[in-house]
Amino acid sequence: MADKAELMPGTLDLLILKTLKRAPLHGYGIAQSIQRVSEEVLRVEEGSLYPALQRLLLQGWVKAEWKMTETNRRARFYTLTAAGRKQLGVEVSKFEQMVEAIGRVLRDAEEAG
Amino acid sequence: MKGPGYWWRKVKLLFGRETFAGELDEEMAFHREQMEKELVNGGMTPEEARVAATRQFGNATRMREQSHEAVSFRAETVAQDLRYAMRQLRKNPGFAVTATLMLALGIGASTAIFGFVDAALIQPLPYAQPNRLVDVDESAPAFPRSNLSYEDYQDWKRMNTTLESLEVYTGTGYLLRMGSVSEPVPAARVSDGFFHTLGVEPMLGRDFRPGEDKPGGAKIAIVSYGTWMTRLGGRRDAIGEVVSLSGDPFTIVGVLPRDFAFAPRGGAEFWVPLLDQSSCEQRRSCHNLDGVARLRDGVSVEQAEADLKKVAAQLAIQYPLSNTGQGANVQPLSEFIVGKVRPILLTLLAGAGLLLIIACVNVSSLLLVRSESRRREIAVRGALGATPARLLRQFVTEALLLAVAGCGAGVLAAAGMMALLGSVFPQPIAQQATFLTKVGLHWHVWIFAGAVALMAMALMALTPALRLAIRDIHGALSEGGRTAAGRFWKRMGANLVVVELTIAMVLLAGAGLLGKSLYHLLHVDVGLDARHLATVNLMMTDPAQQKPEQLNALYREIDTRVSSLPGVESLGLTSSLPVQCFCNTDWIRIPGKPFHGEHNDVMERDISADYMRALGAKLVEGRMIAPTDDANHPSAIVINETLARKYFPGEDAVGKMVGDIKLSPKSMRQVVGVVADVREAALDNDPAPTEYFSIVAGPDSFFSLVVRTRGDEKAFLPELVKTLRAINPSLGVYGEITMQQQIDQSPTAVMHQLAAYLVGGFAVLALVLGVVGLYGVVAYSVSQRTREIGVRMALGAQRSAVHRLILREAGLLTAIGIAVGLGLAVGASMLMKSLLFGVQAWDVSTLGGVAATLGGFALLASFIPARRAARVNPVEALRSE
Repeated sequence: MADKAELMPGTLDLLILKTLKRAPLHGYGIAQSIQRVSEEVLRVEEGSLYPALQRLLLQGWVKAEWKMTETNRRARFYTLTAAGRKQLGVEVSKFEQMVEAIGRVLRDAEEAG
Repeated sequence: MKGPGYWWRKVKLLFGRETFAGELDEEMAFHREQMEKELVNGGMTPEEARVAATRQFGNATRMREQSHEAVSFRAETVAQDLRYAMRQLRKNPGFAVTATLMLALGIGASTAIFGFVDAALIQPLPYAQPNRLVDVDESAPAFPRSNLSYEDYQDWKRMNTTLESLEVYTGTGYLLRMGSVSEPVPAARVSDGFFHTLGVEPMLGRDFRPGEDKPGGAKIAIVSYGTWMTRLGGRRDAIGEVVSLSGDPFTIVGVLPRDFAFAPRGGAEFWVPLLDQSSCEQRRSCHNLDGVARLRDGVSVEQAEADLKKVAAQLAIQYPLSNTGQGANVQPLSEFIVGKVRPILLTLLAGAGLLLIIACVNVSSLLLVRSESRRREIAVRGALGATPARLLRQFVTEALLLAVAGCGAGVLAAAGMMALLGSVFPQPIAQQATFLTKVGLHWHVWIFAGAVALMAMALMALTPALRLAIRDIHGALSEGGRTAAGRFWKRMGANLVVVELTIAMVLLAGAGLLGKSLYHLLHVDVGLDARHLATVNLMMTDPAQQKPEQLNALYREIDTRVSSLPGVESLGLTSSLPVQCFCNTDWIRIPGKPFHGEHNDVMERDISADYMRALGAKLVEGRMIAPTDDANHPSAIVINETLARKYFPGEDAVGKMVGDIKLSPKSMRQVVGVVADVREAALDNDPAPTEYFSIVAGPDSFFSLVVRTRGDEKAFLPELVKTLRAINPSLGVYGEITMQQQIDQSPTAVMHQLAAYLVGGFAVLALVLGVVGLYGVVAYSVSQRTREIGVRMALGAQRSAVHRLILREAGLLTAIGIAVGLGLAVGASMLMKSLLFGVQAWDVSTLGGVAATLGGFALLASFIPARRAARVNPVEALRSE
């Protein structure tokens, strides 16, 4: 587990929402997608997806339904809702603000050093 | 942020828990399968793939719990904890029952005592703005608080500048005649504004009006609620009805509210205006009234007292003969009413509190032992993903359950104890202690019980939590953690047991001292032989039969009729029975001795010729009062030894003269005899100088009779009362009681008994709990050290050495407990000094005896495990681990 880049707290929700924006996915799919897109840098402790998904469901940002996979297995697929789309916007801008802020601090430190 | 949709979904999930759990498991399983499949495709064996997938997936149980927590309500995990706690307790009913009982004992005792403290000291007196009410009286050199004289009262009322109103009251008694039955009833005479000042309004009828207390005014009365209910049938038209009180017709004008109580005149059934002045009230030097006043706004008690002292000083200049040395005494009314019971109540509360601590400590020890056996369980739960907070909450929940059970049982026990304790007071004391009617499950008491339960809970939750050093899960899972834990527990358990022994020592010492005080008190040399002595109070209520010759004829009749009863040995009359009060005093002056106007207070009693003989008092020298000391020869007095010592030191008192302040010829009397001191005042008062006059020379309508019987005096009482009633229908007969009861039930004795028995009870319980605690610690220590003992014995240690080893350990704990306890006990006893009588706080024999008792029991408790240790079979012991 040591080679795994720890997620910044609070970013798991953002990643899930972003991933689901493209297409409805099941939990395994979400984990795969995050890994692939981040080029294996971000690896979530995959089980922790599920508590997060329950929270998102409760908030009404995603909804879930049981469907068949291509291999004909029953799996629970999560879809982004309209509220989830809006929330994604909020989370993204919050994240960007934070990244920008961190960047400013780093640049400032460079100039001083 | 959390809209209605959020809560709706949450509630919907609440009812679909089963489905939720099933679906969650299914999708998590699906997830892992997919991972495994992927890994196998990547070239792993299925076995390796499963391990890798599981590792990458994370702790499934924790994920499941977190998922559940995300959707569940907070209360649900609490319910889960509760169910688990219940199961834990049910699994071990012995522990649950013991712990609950112990807590119930501690909480019950302290809550019950608190009920009394609350009723007496915390709840305000049932009057309007009770904190503005003060008790106002005079003071004299011999009496810090002495009664008011009527004329002083009138002047104080006129001259003070700090009181909104000043009223007086005094007790009296009437013979109530209703139909054919005559019965003596306690009553009170009060000034017109008495109820108004208290802020009490009659629930029916009216209050006294200003001016209605003047001599010659209409005879009217206000009755207590109880009297209205029992004697007047609770009829609303009782107002206006006329009752005969000692032959005088009184019109009832009002009924007091049901909750009205005035402790200083607690038993009074009829409240009447002062009206005609008694002979005492016509003299400025005679004090028979008590004052109650309402302070003006912004005036403090001290200011009022200073003001009245100034008034008293003025009066002393104006009337030097009667008022020299007379000051003023003002104190809050509540202080006057409950001041005397405060030390005993606080002592009892402290005792109950200590017992509560012991009970809690004991339960904590039990929890400790139990947590020892649960180490593995806790460690397993921790390893399976329970967070420390969650585990702590489990302990809190279990403690809560115990505390709630203990508190519930404790409150029940408290209610029972309050009822029981409230009923042990003899009637005369119960009447004065009006707060007793308020003792019960007041909301204050509930809050107290709740707070106590909360503290107990905190203690019980923290002990095992601290003990279990939850971080150290790995150590506990492996067997090795055992010895370290044993040491830790031993240290903690030993500390707890020292606390217990210390507290037990404090309680035992307190009980010992109180018990010794009680013994001293009940064995005070009262100067009379209380065995076979019956007493009864009498009053001639018919004003037409109160001339001296009529009263003397009555005395003779009583003497003749009672002495002819079978079993009567002797009898005598007195103006006031022994062991009653420091009252009826007189100022004396000895001719030929220096005198500067000081008030030499001595008690004055009027007695019949046979009285001292009937009491069994001892004549020291001279003679007793004789039948010939009648109205024609009134100058003979008998004095007690204290008076003789104080005023005739080194002299022969017999034959000496005594007079009043002015040495007026009429007042001069001659000492004819000296008797050994008879306790006239309370048991804990030192004997006061007393002079005895002949009752025949100055007969009074209020008097008391003592009868020495050959047989059982108690069985004789009804016959005595019947005989006396038959003598004269106007003769009130009341308060029949044996002399022994008179002594045992005097307020002082009852207070001391209560303190001694209750603290004694607490101490015995503390002793038992403390010793059981010690036994537990030593026994546990032995069980933990079995292996060590085995090694020692295998290496050649004698059984006696092992014995000593264990006993030394127990002895050390006991010694520390006793030593610390001794120090604290002396300190605590100093605080309750006012309850001690004839014994010092550092009384060596008591403290030594108590320490020996505790030490003895402790030795006994540690002897059993020590014996077991000495019997250890080395071979078995070494094999056991």
